[in-house]
Formats: sequence, C-alpha cells, structure tokens
Amino acid sequence: MKKLLTIILSSIFYFAGFAQNHEANETKKDTTKLEEVVISTRRKLSNHRQEKTLSSIDEFLEKSNNITMIKRGNYAWEPAINNMVSDRLMVTIDGMQIFGACTDKMDPITSYVDVSNLEKVSIASGQSGTENGHCVGGGIDLKLPNSKFFNSGLKSSADLGFETNGNFFATGLDLEYSGNDFFISADGMFRNSDNYNAGGNEEVHFSQFQKYNISLQAGYKLSETHHMDTNIIYDRATDVGYPALPMDVSLAEALITSVTHYYRPEEKSLKSLETKLYFNTITHIMDDSNRPDVPIRMDMPGWSDTYGLYSKVDLLNNRHHYNFNLNGYYNRSLAEMTMFSNNPSEPDMFMLTWPDIRTFYTGVFAKDDWHISENKTLSTSIRLGYHSNRIADPVGVQSLQIFHPEIEDQQNRFLKSVTSNYSFKNDVFGFSFGVGYGERAPSVSEGYGFFLFNSFDNYDYIGNPNLKNEKALEANISYSRTFNKFKLGIESSYFYILDYIIGEIEPNVSSMTIGANGVRVYDALNNASIFDIYLNGSYKISDRLTANATVGYNYGIGSNEENLPLIRPLSYFAELNYNVSKFNAAIQLEGNGNQSKFSSFYGENETPAYAVLNLNLGNAFYGDYGKFFLKYGIENILDSNYSTFADWNNILRPGRNFYVNLSYVLP
Amino acid sequence: MKLKYLIPLITIAFLFSCSTDDNDDIQSINEVADLLLIKEIVNGDQTIELFNQKGMLETGYNQISMRLKDNTSNTYIEDATLSWMPIMQMPTMQHSCPNSAITKAIGKNTVYEGFIIYQMTNLDGSGWSITIDYTIEGINYTVTDTIEVFQYENQNVSSFMASDDTRYVLALIEPKNPSIAVNEMKIGLFKMENMTTFPVVDNYTIELDPRMPGMGNHSSPNNSDLTFNSSDNFYYGDLSLTMTGYWKLNLKLLNSNDDVIKGEDITDENEASSLYLELEF
Repeated sequence: MKKLLTIILSSIFYFAGFAQNHEANETKKDTTKLEEVVISTRRKLSNHRQEKTLSSIDEFLEKSNNITMIKRGNYAWEPAINNMVSDRLMVTIDGMQIFGACTDKMDPITSYVDVSNLEKVSIASGQSGTENGHCVGGGIDLKLPNSKFFNSGLKSSADLGFETNGNFFATGLDLEYSGNDFFISADGMFRNSDNYNAGGNEEVHFSQFQKYNISLQAGYKLSETHHMDTNIIYDRATDVGYPALPMDVSLAEALITSVTHYYRPEEKSLKSLETKLYFNTITHIMDDSNRPDVPIRMDMPGWSDTYGLYSKVDLLNNRHHYNFNLNGYYNRSLAEMTMFSNNPSEPDMFMLTWPDIRTFYTGVFAKDDWHISENKTLSTSIRLGYHSNRIADPVGVQSLQIFHPEIEDQQNRFLKSVTSNYSFKNDVFGFSFGVGYGERAPSVSEGYGFFLFNSFDNYDYIGNPNLKNEKALEANISYSRTFNKFKLGIESSYFYILDYIIGEIEPNVSSMTIGANGVRVYDALNNASIFDIYLNGSYKISDRLTANATVGYNYGIGSNEENLPLIRPLSYFAELNYNVSKFNAAIQLEGNGNQSKFSSFYGENETPAYAVLNLNLGNAFYGDYGKFFLKYGIENILDSNYSTFADWNNILRPGRNFYVNLSYVLP
Repeated sequence: MKLKYLIPLITIAFLFSCSTDDNDDIQSINEVADLLLIKEIVNGDQTIELFNQKGMLETGYNQISMRLKDNTSNTYIEDATLSWMPIMQMPTMQHSCPNSAITKAIGKNTVYEGFIIYQMTNLDGSGWSITIDYTIEGINYTVTDTIEVFQYENQNVSSFMASDDTRYVLALIEPKNPSIAVNEMKIGLFKMENMTTFPVVDNYTIELDPRMPGMGNHSSPNNSDLTFNSSDNFYYGDLSLTMTGYWKLNLKLLNSNDDVIKGEDITDENEASSLYLELEF
C-alpha cells in the first residue's frame, strides 16, 4: 500500500503502467467499470462509489470528491475542479484535445464519450493537470482502453439498466476479439430518458434526452516492441432537453478518431514512446422548436474540428522518472445564430457567435519524479507553449470591432506553467506540499464570443480578444494520519489568480437577447482567490463494515470584493459500507449547508441547505453460465425536493429513484 | 515548346498589343460598363443616356451617371455643360427634389454625374419628369421627358416638417452594403426653401439611435452622431450593426443652436422616433 501510494503521488504514467500490467493479468472484462486515478492527493476518492455499472460519465465524475458537476439539465453536465469550470480546466480524451461546439457550454467534452469507451479517468488538481495542456483549475483526462493483446479469443458482455424516475433506460453491448498480435473490440451504448420528476412528483419539463454511442478499437502488433492502435468513437445525442436554459439541443454529434503508435523497448531506460495522430469533429445544433413560448425563434448551430498529435516519452533513470510530451493541435470553432423575426416581412437576423476561430497550439511538457528515498518524492513539471488565435471570418473581426475598435485578426500568446510537489508517506502518516504557477489563454467564448446569452445571470456576453493571460499561483497541502482502524486526512488548496477572467457589466450597451438584463464584456479582475479545505475520516468497524465521511468548505472572492459564482458551500458526505465477496451495500448521506456566500453580483441567489439519502446494493453471481453483476438501489430515498449551488437557475434535482443495472459477461 | 503551340500564343499576344493601341482612343472604351442603363432621352441630334448601378431610379438617394451622344457622328460629347431639374407633377401643384449639380466624372472622358434624391413617388412609378439643359459649343439645348421612379422597399428618405416650420428632406446615402460592423453612415440633409430649391443644410447635428424592433428594440453600442462635413456637404457618423436583419435608424435633428427640431428619444414608452430611416440586410 505504501509503495503504491508513493507511486500514485510520484507519477501519472508509472501508475498507468502499473494499472495496465495489473489489468493485463486479470484481463478485465467489465468494460463499463471505470477505474479512477487520482493524481492529486488533495481529495481522496472513495473507491467504492461505483454503485451503478451503467452510470454515465457525468454521474461517475460526480461521485468524485474532486469534482462538482454543473447541471443545466439531466444530460451533459459540466465538470468543475477546485470551483473552476471548463474554461479553466484541461479536459482531454486520452491526451487528445477536443473542444465543445456549443457557445452556451451545453456540450462539455465529457458528454461525447460514454463509460463503455473508457478505461479510467485521470483527475489532476491545479498545475498537476498540465500534462496535456495549460489550465488553471486542473485537468481531466478520459483514458481510452489499453491495447488488449491477451490472446483470450472472443468475449462479449451485455448491460441493461432501468430507472423509475424518468423511465430511464440504458443498454450496452460489448464484443471483443483478442489475439496475440491483433485485437478488435466494439461496443455500443444506448440511453433514453423522459422528463424526470423532482421530489414530490414535480415534473421537470425539457429534461429528456436520448443518445447512442458506438466505438471501435483495433490494434496490431508490428513486433515485440512496436504496436499500433486505432480508435474510433461516434457519439450522437438527439432530443436533449435543458430545463435550465431557454433552448434545447436537437443534435449533438461527435466523431473522435485516433491512430497511436507505441514503442516499448524492454530492459532499457526508455520505457515507452507513444505517438498519436488524431482528428475529431463535433456538430451541435441548438434549437427552440419544442418550446411553446419564446420571444423569438432561433437556431444556433456550432461546429468544432480539431486536428492534433502528441508524442510522449517515458524514461526511467535511477531514482528519476522523466516524462516528456510534445504536442500540438489546430482547432476550428464556428458558431452562428439565426433568428426568425415574428414579423414575416422582416428578414432573418444572423450573426456569427463564434466567428470561425482558428486556434493553433504547440507546446512541450517535461516532468521529473525524483524518488529521493522510499518515502520521499519530489515531483517537478514544466510546460511551455505557443498559442495563437486567428479570426478567419472578416465579418467576425468587424463584428468584434464594434466593441473593441483596436483589434487585429490574430492574437499570439506564450504560456508557461511550472509546479513542484514534495510528498512524504509512511505507514502511519502522509504529508504533501506543492506550489505552482500557471497561465492559460482565454477560451474561444471569452476571447471571441458575440452576444452569448448566459441564462445564469441573464446577461449577454461579448468576448474580448485583448484579454491578458490568466495567471494562477497555487499552493496545496495535505496531511493524513492513521490511528489503528481510524484514518484522518486533511487537504487544502489555495489559488491566487491574477487577471481573473470574468464578464464585467457594460452599462451603456443594450442586450441582444430579449428580456436580458444587459451586456457583459469579458474583462479581468485584478485578482481572485479560491480556497478549499476538506477533512475526511474513515473508520474500519470490521473487515466487512467501513464508515467514511468528508466535510468540505470552499471560498472564492474577487478583488472587487464580490463573491465568485459557483463556489461550493459547506458540503458533507457520509457513507456506511458493507462488503462481502459477492454482495455489497452502502447507505450514503450527502448534503450541503446553506449557500450564504452566494454571488448576487454574478447572478446567483442563495440556495438553501439540503440533504439526501441514498441506498445502493450490489450482487455478483459467478458460474458456468458466465458472470452476472446486479446493482440496484434507491436514490433520494426521502424524495427531497431540492437544488444545489451547482444547478443552473436552481433547476430541481431528481426525486426518489429506484434503479437496477444488470451486467452479463459471457464465459 | 513546339512551334504549333507558339504560333497561336504569338498571335494572341499580337492581338492584345494591337488592342492596347486602340485604348488611346478613349471613346472606344465603355466608361459605363459597370453600370446599367436607366433611360435614353433623344433630343434631335443628341441622345442623353442615364445610368446607375441598378438601372432604375428609386425613392431616396440616386447616384446617376450620364453620357451625351452626338447622333450624327456617333461619338460622345466630352465638353458639354449640363444641368437638370426633376419635377413631380401633383394634382394641384408641382415640386422638385434635392439634387446636385452635374459635373464631369473624375478620371472619365465621356461621363457626367450627379445625384437626385427623390423623396416620394406614385405607386406605379409615375409622376416624375426630368428637364435637362445642356450647352455644346455655346449652343443651348433643352429636353424634358418623363422618368419612372419606383418606391424603395424601405424608408431611406424622409421628408418632414420640423418644429421650425421648415420642411426638410433627409436621405440615407451610406452604408449601401451594410455589414455586421461599425459602418460609416452618410446622410444628405436639405431644406425645402421653395418648390424647386433645396439647399444643403449645414452645421446641424443628427443624433443616431439604431434599433431592431423585432428584437425587443435591441440597440447597438459605439454609434456616433452625424456631423456636417463641409468638404462634400454631407453628414457623417458611425453606425454599429450587431446582426443582419431589419434596423430602424431612429434620428433626432438638432439645429446649429442644438435645439431639437425633429425626433424624440427612445425610451421604454417610446419605441421609435418620428424621424427615422430603415435598413435591411
């Protein structure tokens, strides 16, 4: 255990390699079961949270203490780490850059993959998340499965899930052929949900969705040391309702493709050289045709295409473990809006909301994990990158010049990130301390958005190409101690963010959206501070019974003395777990305190305290017929009618829900 | 390269070089090639050709190019002086409209140009006539003919009585091809001194408030009021258009003492000014 934790702390890749070897041995078949890798020690994840095998990526991430999910509906939740959302995070799919095509953040990257596509999720806090790109809040890397040269022949499994609330139905099928030199695996997943009910049988309108996802992965061994993999994911969601927003989505479609070459020499200091070429394309069609009453009908399609490559090197030299990553990508983001006047004699109104922004990035990452001794590790990483944005459509330049007369069609930036972390761990106590500095470029919306309506604060947002890089200084500390059967941990981090990008009210500008309060132009606060602290304890009552609990507190304030929005209030989670080999049961209590430090300045109101109780149970059956995994339980047992700080416009969360998931793995 | 390919090339090159020689005779170049014919008015030995970009006259500002042809020699007269007088025949009276002097087009030999701002027309395009006086080598000629003027789809000109008991004509000249941008806006402002005299009004101010009535009267930022430019006698300002569609350009006219003589502010209660122009793109 001690060794394992040292490794977790010291290296992403070493751990990935370790997990992979481990899995290779047991040839894991349940592909819907994700494994979580926590790089940061800031908030430990309970490893017994996957109560549903068919949970979506969103539900899966939400179980992680490190992440909160911002909800605009029942689908496509937006992950936040350290109280920071998409623009401040680096979300990648196996190192591939991919950018949503929705100007209103209705399609976070996590919505374009399904659990069946992935093997594990790496979550890294702050500057330790810069392995694939620059970020301030942290990084999430959704890892694709490793190559499966297991020589295990043909295998298949099927999943079926049903939930009473919203008549949610999900089914998945997985086929895999694995030889010594060749493998191919295919899986498909289908999910469908009607409107769900909040507590007290209150129907939440426009909360339906439907999606299917298929993926294909194949690999070929060129030699003992070289092999190549190719991976294709196609994901298509239709009829997705967003109860918190004035519009829905009629289509969200992604094609994610990659080809990877691996070189793994044996018995050398070079552990691996991995090179990936990738392409992905997203089409996102926002419309309001299902809404009965709108001030004006509109269509808002968006497109995002990304081409990229990376090359990763993994080197081991005595007590040093080096990682290098050279990567680059080219992205095209385009979105437009057409409004249909209520007066048929007037022409349609059109504007470019993302005026064909071409982003080019190239950068290099280097990391050294220095295992000073068995207990002590010093990790240091650096990332340097060149980032450029170009407005390819001249109309886009002219549009933005209405607000920023002095802009050109191209902006170049140089981005830097550096972090260092010292950790110590032995049988009874662990300690880590890290500091970091990082920069990020503004996102496409922050830099170039044109009249993007934010229903949260009811303002239209205008991008600002002249924004400076946002810069973050961070420090984090964690301490844990074991007292016989009781374990106590405390983790805290602090971010001091300079030129914190946020919309500032432009008092003399009239909103475009009918009924909006006004217009905000992206600008920067001189600085902002975000602080969080988590205390967790676990107690092993017996071999079968464990209890654990976490209490967290978060705080965020800008230099304008205003609270930052979407900061988690006092939160708590407690769980009692019962585990035997073929049965497990858990009862959970989860809640938030009253959101007293809400940000009325940025459109928030006070969300009252809430608590919900969940029960989940699992059985496993093994036999000659194969393996069955049955997961079932009740969510929100008391049918509370509630919403949380992370619910856009206070949309209500689901009320009582009975669920059952059945997985069958053929022998 | 084979000779059989070279010969046609040489021939073509030769032909082109010949045509270059022809260019010395400017008359053979069509100096109105990018314009469409509105009307030809034949007057004995001369024909007056009227052109503009659309090949038709509409209410509002019309930039017009003219050529004067000698029908006997079939050449264009390059040194004539011309003037015009548009007249609208009403049931009980007749009146003219703002118009410019006719000048020789800069850089052209055969083309004369000017503008006419038609503030109104009949629904079938009838009602207007034009009288053109011209002098060739000391001899004066005059010709009058009817001319069709069609109603433009939007209000691009406004004829109104201001609080100073004077009738004004105000016409939109630019932007002709608006885009989602800060457009340069150009307006012509004229005073109706009598039925046939419409002098330029100088040193007034035209306040601008563009709105989209279809979008809850959405406005745009960074517009500027129009001020008089004495070099060409038009008013200039900045017009920001945040999207395509129908825009109502609400205006307020201030005289040289900054007194509002026409138009009102836009408020929640008052959605439009009584003085406005329209734009669609």
